[in-house]
Amino acid sequence: MNPVISGLKALWRIFARLFKRPVTIEYPDQPLPVSSRWRGRIVLSRDPDGEERCVACYLCSVACPVDCIALQATEDAHGRRYPDWFRINFSRCIFCGYCEEACPTYAIQLVQDFEMSEYRRTSLVYEKDDLLISGTGKYPDYNFYRVAGVAIGGKDKGDAEREQPPVDVRSLLP
Amino acid sequence: MNELVLIVLLLGSLFTISALLIWVERRLLGHWQERYGPNRVGPGGILQSAADAIKLLAKEDWTPPFADKPVFVLAPAVVVSAVLLSFAVVPFTPSLIVADLNIGLLFVFALSSLSAYSIVLAGWASNSKYALIGGLRGSAQMFSYEVFMGLSVMGVVMLAGSFRLRDIVEAQQDLWFCIPQMIGAGIFFIAALAETHRLPFDIPEAEAELVAGYHTEYSGMKFGMFFLGEYLGIVLMSSLTVILFLGGWQGPWLPPLVWFWLKTFMVIMVFFLIRATLPRPRFDQLITFGWTVLLPASLLNLLVTAIIILTNGHDAL
Amino acid sequence: MTKARNHSVTIHVDGRSFQADAQRNLLESCLSLGFNLPYFCWHPAMGSVGACRQCAVKQFKDESDTNGLIVMACMTPSAEGTRISIDDPEAREFRSSVIEWLMLNHPHDCPVCDEGGECHLQDMTVMTGHVSRRYRESKRTYRNQYLGSFVTHEMNRCIQCYRCVRFYRDIAGGEDLNAFGSRDRLYFGRMQDGTLENEFSGNLVEVCPTGVFTDKTLSHHYSRKWDMQSTPSICSHCSVGCNVHLAERAGIMRRVTNRYHSRINGYFLCDRGRFGYEYVNHPQRLRRPAVRPSRENSAPLISLSPAEALARLRSRLSERKRIVGVGSPRASLESNYALRTLVGREHFFSGMSIVEHRDASLILQILTDGPAPSWSIQQVEQADAALILGEDLVHTAPRLALALRQSVREQPMEQLDGLNIHRWQDAAVRTALQGQRGPLYIGSVAGTSLDDVATRTFRGSPCDIARLGCAVAHEICHDSPRISELTSEESALIREIARALASAKRPVVAVGAGTGEAWIIKAAANVAWALHRRGVAAGLVFAPHECNTLGLSLLGGNSFEQTTAIEGDRDRDALLILENDLRRRLETATLNRWLERFDPIIVIDHVDDAILDQAGFVFPASPIACSDGSLVNHEGRVQRFFSAIAKEQDVQVSWRWIQDIGRVSSLESFHAMADWTSLEQIHAAMAEDFPVLRRIGEAAPPAQFRIAGQKIPRAPHRFSGRTVLPVLETIHEPQPPHDPESPLAFSMEGTPSQPPSPLVPFFWSSGWNSNEALNKFQDEVGRSLHNEHLGIRLLEPQPDARSRFFENPPPRYERRNNQLLLVPLPRLFGSEELSARASAIQEQIPKAAVVLHPREADRLGLRKGQAVDVTAPGLTRRLPFETDETMAGGLAGLRLTPGGVSVPLPAWATLKGAPSP
Repeated sequence: MNPVISGLKALWRIFARLFKRPVTIEYPDQPLPVSSRWRGRIVLSRDPDGEERCVACYLCSVACPVDCIALQATEDAHGRRYPDWFRINFSRCIFCGYCEEACPTYAIQLVQDFEMSEYRRTSLVYEKDDLLISGTGKYPDYNFYRVAGVAIGGKDKGDAEREQPPVDVRSLLP
Repeated sequence: MNELVLIVLLLGSLFTISALLIWVERRLLGHWQERYGPNRVGPGGILQSAADAIKLLAKEDWTPPFADKPVFVLAPAVVVSAVLLSFAVVPFTPSLIVADLNIGLLFVFALSSLSAYSIVLAGWASNSKYALIGGLRGSAQMFSYEVFMGLSVMGVVMLAGSFRLRDIVEAQQDLWFCIPQMIGAGIFFIAALAETHRLPFDIPEAEAELVAGYHTEYSGMKFGMFFLGEYLGIVLMSSLTVILFLGGWQGPWLPPLVWFWLKTFMVIMVFFLIRATLPRPRFDQLITFGWTVLLPASLLNLLVTAIIILTNGHDAL
Repeated sequence: MTKARNHSVTIHVDGRSFQADAQRNLLESCLSLGFNLPYFCWHPAMGSVGACRQCAVKQFKDESDTNGLIVMACMTPSAEGTRISIDDPEAREFRSSVIEWLMLNHPHDCPVCDEGGECHLQDMTVMTGHVSRRYRESKRTYRNQYLGSFVTHEMNRCIQCYRCVRFYRDIAGGEDLNAFGSRDRLYFGRMQDGTLENEFSGNLVEVCPTGVFTDKTLSHHYSRKWDMQSTPSICSHCSVGCNVHLAERAGIMRRVTNRYHSRINGYFLCDRGRFGYEYVNHPQRLRRPAVRPSRENSAPLISLSPAEALARLRSRLSERKRIVGVGSPRASLESNYALRTLVGREHFFSGMSIVEHRDASLILQILTDGPAPSWSIQQVEQADAALILGEDLVHTAPRLALALRQSVREQPMEQLDGLNIHRWQDAAVRTALQGQRGPLYIGSVAGTSLDDVATRTFRGSPCDIARLGCAVAHEICHDSPRISELTSEESALIREIARALASAKRPVVAVGAGTGEAWIIKAAANVAWALHRRGVAAGLVFAPHECNTLGLSLLGGNSFEQTTAIEGDRDRDALLILENDLRRRLETATLNRWLERFDPIIVIDHVDDAILDQAGFVFPASPIACSDGSLVNHEGRVQRFFSAIAKEQDVQVSWRWIQDIGRVSSLESFHAMADWTSLEQIHAAMAEDFPVLRRIGEAAPPAQFRIAGQKIPRAPHRFSGRTVLPVLETIHEPQPPHDPESPLAFSMEGTPSQPPSPLVPFFWSSGWNSNEALNKFQDEVGRSLHNEHLGIRLLEPQPDARSRFFENPPPRYERRNNQLLLVPLPRLFGSEELSARASAIQEQIPKAAVVLHPREADRLGLRKGQAVDVTAPGLTRRLPFETDETMAGGLAGLRLTPGGVSVPLPAWATLKGAPSP
């Protein structure tokens, strides 16, 4: 008799659900809350001084498992590296976040926006202009060039954090 | 002339009802799974089936090149027409009935056996392995359960003393047959599920293993006809349940037609609820259950009913 | 010459026994056996100094010794029964501490460092397991120096391994890079900012284990090593034929790196080869066929599609009967052969200047008929006496000059055996030798870069140099012609040279063809042959003018001397010029007179400068860097090169253009080449025509070569951006470009195993991302590569030939009253046509000038800053003049730079001071 009773109990339990509120979020009408670590659209952020954070090290592009990131490094007159162009083919992106993991300067970040459907695949190819945001994104304080050893415009050798002033090579003092 | 109007009205309302049922089922299933179900097309999604029908009609009417074409086209027509024909003998009210045959019940069984053909033919004509297996399973299942279904209602026939469905309803003036024929009602309901191959008995189309069973190769409106046939079948089986066991149109205060449909919808709801609740058994479990449990039980029910009638006369119950 | 390995000993590493070479140190043995042992200061070409303390291993006395002693593997010989442990916890701990302290001051630069991803320091840090900087104090910093257009300096990254100065000073002989400062303020740089003077400064990029010295040309179009498709190729900027890797990404040539070849370049390249690649990226490189509608010089060329251009050519060639072809010493053997096949032997000009043609034929004759073999660079490095005749080889065959510089250590090294010092013990060797140098004699028209290591030098005019050579030959073997009128000073020098060469075991005579004096080549042959008569196995090394001079010479062809023999007729003859700027080969008036005879003039080239005003049709050829073919180097070794860039639209390799032109012509000879579709077919045809070339197909595996059914990928397996690079053309990812002509693929897909040596696309091994991964490609560190194909040596000497010496040496140089002999002074940067188009090289090209000994300048009454009017047959130019103490008297040196002059040199010239403006 047990199967019959359990069957009937199950029937009742399912029927009773009729009076419960559905858990569905009616997305386009209602906003969808996403977690703060949601991996959505990729942006390039700026450092606290408002300069591009990306130093064009190519680590994101090599970390990308679908090879959808490409860029070309270049240098300004004072030795600061930055990407001449930076292109992401979002029609290939799988939003795995490896690029963000690989980025040594917190430049590339995945943000909460995921509404990026397009009718043409070519519209999903984002250039640097489309990627670069004006803020620091998730990491407000970090500035790679403040800890790096290279000299750039406005930061000479020895000016970085925890650096001694440049050595006087000609000194013979012990 | 009167009957022609009735037939047209009946056809129209049956199609409308089965279309609505598709929507109702999806909404109910949705709520039973704590979601909404289709709620976008029309108020509350009521026009969902219309949208689906438009979509199915607009789709390419494709026949696979490897199929047996005439049979392939015939199969879906068979199922719909067999079910629709059965409605000819269904008494919705004492007067609202297309053909009040004295062998009404046998007519229904005969036609429902015919609809088994559509499954076999569809499975065969598709010329694909999934469809063929689905068709074979379907025929085995329907032939088996036809037997118990017939046997289970024999008690009712004995009590009413007639095969005419209107007589059967009128015989339940004092007591619905679901009380004396408790076991018969149960068996009939299970057999009805199997006849309409609804979950948990949707073995001929078992998605998990057979893609879509006998209608794997069907698309467009031909697929739509199978779909429609299934829902018409549900309405038919629910109406029969109401007529045979739940007193048909009978009830206080409300007009008979309302009572009839009210009861029918309740039964349909149970069909849906069972679909939402029970998992699908294995094919051999289904057949074994039928032949080892349902067959003896229905025979026993018949025997006991006969003995009681013989000893106590018709009025004993 | 690989030394016979009769010194095999057994060493025990971590309990397992191995065979090792007793002449090697433990680090070399471990690396050769395939162990991963970190190191910095040791370099296979420079030996050990034990400066970095990184290769520590534990050595045990015997089987029962469990304590052991930490030793530096690079400073410990592989002796019989040596027991060491690499995996010993204490040794590991030691090595990781070494890395940790090397990293104390290392800046946080990897993302912006060009070395990142191919950094030996990164690899070694990962190998030792050091991950986190525990030291919290501040880092030491340095100011950088400007080191010229080739090399970037970033001193903060230095780990004080001393490799840079050891290479620059000890190997390359540079003076201007040094170690400065003391204790932890050690600084590697120049006294002050300025261009590195040495011709081999680019090797600092590869020698430096981290990012102190990086390739400045690469940083202008920077790409990581893992992102570049790399291809094995042959340097085309001189006749040595160094093996290089060409790295490309997105259609841009990114850089050139050294591809080890055990007989040629070894570990080092010259700066012309390393930085001259940018001619491939030159914006004016020809990329579309063009047609000039009329022969009027003013009519511009109109770009057309290949099919249209060929159709127009068909209409111009239809009634023609002949095409006269001009080959090129900077085109592949196959393209020259295709031209020769199409136009026929009698209508095929070699395309070399009269002097070049004569020199090349002479060299070929000497190498095939004489008993002296031509030596490879590696053999030259091991020569124990050398005589250089002619010019400063560093400007015409730089890698050869570097080898000659190494050779001076060879003779003193023989003392080491008695001192029980191994050759790899660099510091000990230098202390023992105390700067002693073996015999190296130079006869040249001006000072050379090897003067600092030369035993004695001789300055004179080209014929005086030839006389010196002949006199030495006579001194060695009296059968060779006698030279009269020698001064006593000269006689003493000649006796000294003859004694040094005759007493040496492996003497070499090196000759540059740059002076244009054929007798210098003959004199060198006389010396080598005289030595052979004395039973000394002397070698000969020539430096012909261009990368395929000898190959072209093998195909025969007419010299321009014979131009008059071809009675050109405008109505009957068309001219087809293959990758050749004839203005560099022929004096302008002669050239114009000759060109007048032809119509149309068809040019196949990639250099826009080479297009003559008279050219009617121009077809864009792919340069050597972007095509497949073979070159014959200075020693007669044929080597295969492969295309570094996938086929560019409208551009194709010259032999295919020649085939297309043949198809639209009505020449009978076309049928011989009609169905050539691959190099293999051309090789087969060449082998039939020229017995000397019968093995040309064996220089590298054929196009059908596969490893387990797979091609060899040019791209590393981490190649990135695959799905985004082509999106500007198409969003649908196209197939990788086909490469039917080689076993290499323009893809990251293919075999992961190591291919035969001519096909190695880049040096990489798991855990070894820098070029130090080369260790994993060698059978034994510093020796042959795995599965080595060295190319095919075409010219072997006749060891028993008693060849006749060249007779009738020239008379002593007589200065004329009012004229000076104008001799060419080739320059490393500027004299070679293609590299001179590279932007980094352009910055280093010296100004065209006349170089005079100060005495001659005084005699001509020239004032400082005054220009000189030079008048010679076919030349009237006003040039600045410079004085040079080392210039031989009675001569005027003409520094050859692009846009310079092409007159047959040496020639008599009148020099007159220009009136001051």
